[in-house]
Amino acid sequence: MNSRAGAARQAGTALLWAALLLAPYWLPWVGGYTALGARVLVLGLAAMSLNFLLGFTGVVSFGHAAYFGLGAYGAGLTLKLLAHSTPLALFFGTLAGGIAGALLGALIVHLRGVYFAMVTIAFGQVFYYIAFRWNSLTGGDDGLRGFARQPLHFAGYAIDILNNGHAFYYFVLVCFAVTVGVMALILRSPLGRTMLAIRENERRARFLGIPVERHIWVAFTLSCFFTSLAGALYAMVNNFADPMGLHWSLSGDLVIMAVMGGMRSFWGPLVGAAVFVVVQDFLSSITTNWMSFVGLLIVLVVLFFPRGLLGLAQRRGEA
Amino acid sequence: MTQLLLFNAINGLIIGAFYVLMALGLSLILNLSGVINFAHGGFLVLGGYLAYALTPYVGFWGALLIAPLLTAGVGFVVERLMVRRVYGRDPLYGLLLTFGLAFILEDGTRSIWGAQGLPVSIPAVLARPLSSDFFFITGYRLFMVGTVAAAVFLLFALLRYTRVGIRIRAGTLDLDTVSALGINVRGLRSLNFAAGIFLAGLSGVLAGGQLGLEPTMGTGLLMPGFVAIIVGGVGSLPGTLLGGLLIGLASGVTAVFFPSASEAVIYILMAVVLMVRPHGLLGEEGLLT
Repeated sequence: MNSRAGAARQAGTALLWAALLLAPYWLPWVGGYTALGARVLVLGLAAMSLNFLLGFTGVVSFGHAAYFGLGAYGAGLTLKLLAHSTPLALFFGTLAGGIAGALLGALIVHLRGVYFAMVTIAFGQVFYYIAFRWNSLTGGDDGLRGFARQPLHFAGYAIDILNNGHAFYYFVLVCFAVTVGVMALILRSPLGRTMLAIRENERRARFLGIPVERHIWVAFTLSCFFTSLAGALYAMVNNFADPMGLHWSLSGDLVIMAVMGGMRSFWGPLVGAAVFVVVQDFLSSITTNWMSFVGLLIVLVVLFFPRGLLGLAQRRGEA
Repeated sequence: MTQLLLFNAINGLIIGAFYVLMALGLSLILNLSGVINFAHGGFLVLGGYLAYALTPYVGFWGALLIAPLLTAGVGFVVERLMVRRVYGRDPLYGLLLTFGLAFILEDGTRSIWGAQGLPVSIPAVLARPLSSDFFFITGYRLFMVGTVAAAVFLLFALLRYTRVGIRIRAGTLDLDTVSALGINVRGLRSLNFAAGIFLAGLSGVLAGGQLGLEPTMGTGLLMPGFVAIIVGGVGSLPGTLLGGLLIGLASGVTAVFFPSASEAVIYILMAVVLMVRPHGLLGEEGLLT
């Protein structure tokens, strides 16, 4: 990479942060609303967490909705039954999905390729059935209701993120920034470099003495932790958690966000999430056949733009 | 109690037979093309609705054959136009492509036939229970098992004794060598894909007679198909057969003791199998992994 491309990238990142910081002010001008911004941020965070595995370790998981949904239910149940505290809810939600990911990850790290993908799909669905059937705890098909995010307290100050939409958006943005910051740090650390090495050539990494399975397990577990944090935030966006947050169709949505934005780029999945959420909102407002159009969009992306939006831009920059 | 257990075990095996039929189609496509067909449930539903539309003209028995054939035709075209473009690429793209196709198929059937569930009329011969003791074994269920058995027998015979079948099996093991021997691998894969979709269509017709038809039913039926393949071992058709029957039996037996876990239990079974035999009951290491 030459220095001009590096400068362009830095300018792009600065622009992105500016856009995110000012979103509550410019979104209404283009027909959006603040809650939409929070939704994009949360789904973007989930897609970036998935891409930590997909794009940077080269392992396909098609079942990340499970950890997203576990985060959502964990946070919701904490607020409803345990404590009226937003930070605690985030903590327990993240823990629920992360631990499930660590356990299931240990079962499947020996598998590769198609096999790995298929097992993640199947395991992704088990929590859906549990949430669907365990009516007394989860509310079943109707979803989990009766909880709300709580105001934050800092040394005497209270920030009302419940009623103030702007405050809540900035709360989500702070969580988002911390998480992607941790992700970026990991990717620059020896661990992250090893993940890239496994993605590029697993056999060579193995010959170099790298314990590949252990690294894939670590990457999978971290990815699940980040994803379930996004899920916990999602429960607070809506003050609601429903089984569709655990359904495999959401897993597919997260993958298409990552691919559409650009799997090989750090910010790609966020861009993909923004495009996907906006397109889906728009299509479902103008036609009842929006599913066909979303399906067609997915097919077209796979056949003609497998490198995604930012991948396309990068290629142009290199040429 | 013993009787109840026996009833549910048999019932589970009947459901398992249905899973087998669907999973075999998935397995065929996965083995030769390396594509996890997420749209399998969509094709299943399409088969069911086509049978519904055809029944007034050709009767139930005609629809039983013609609807799967038409579905297979659609599958053949889809393979030619789209699916073959992702062969050899990261499995991610095959998954995503068929994921998008599943959306289109579900929405398409909903647009044509409506979101309301449709009942499927089955011949009176099949509708009545066989005896008062075994009230739950209707003629239709027995007919389902018979059809599945016939289809499985035919499929295994074709794979074993015909030239195309032998080529498909060889291609599963080593496609490059098969190609180097001068066999048209592209055509083979198209044919194999269509055969897998034929089985999906047949499953759809059978499921329609038992459960009625709904545009969304495919996705619910798809997951047990995946589990059956994993339990049996990816790459092994006899494994898929065994896996399907096992998970059917497991969910049937669980329904006696703990009905609300009858769906989750197959995933627990899968976890146990993966712990004990990471490549499934009859799977071999190195195949498709």
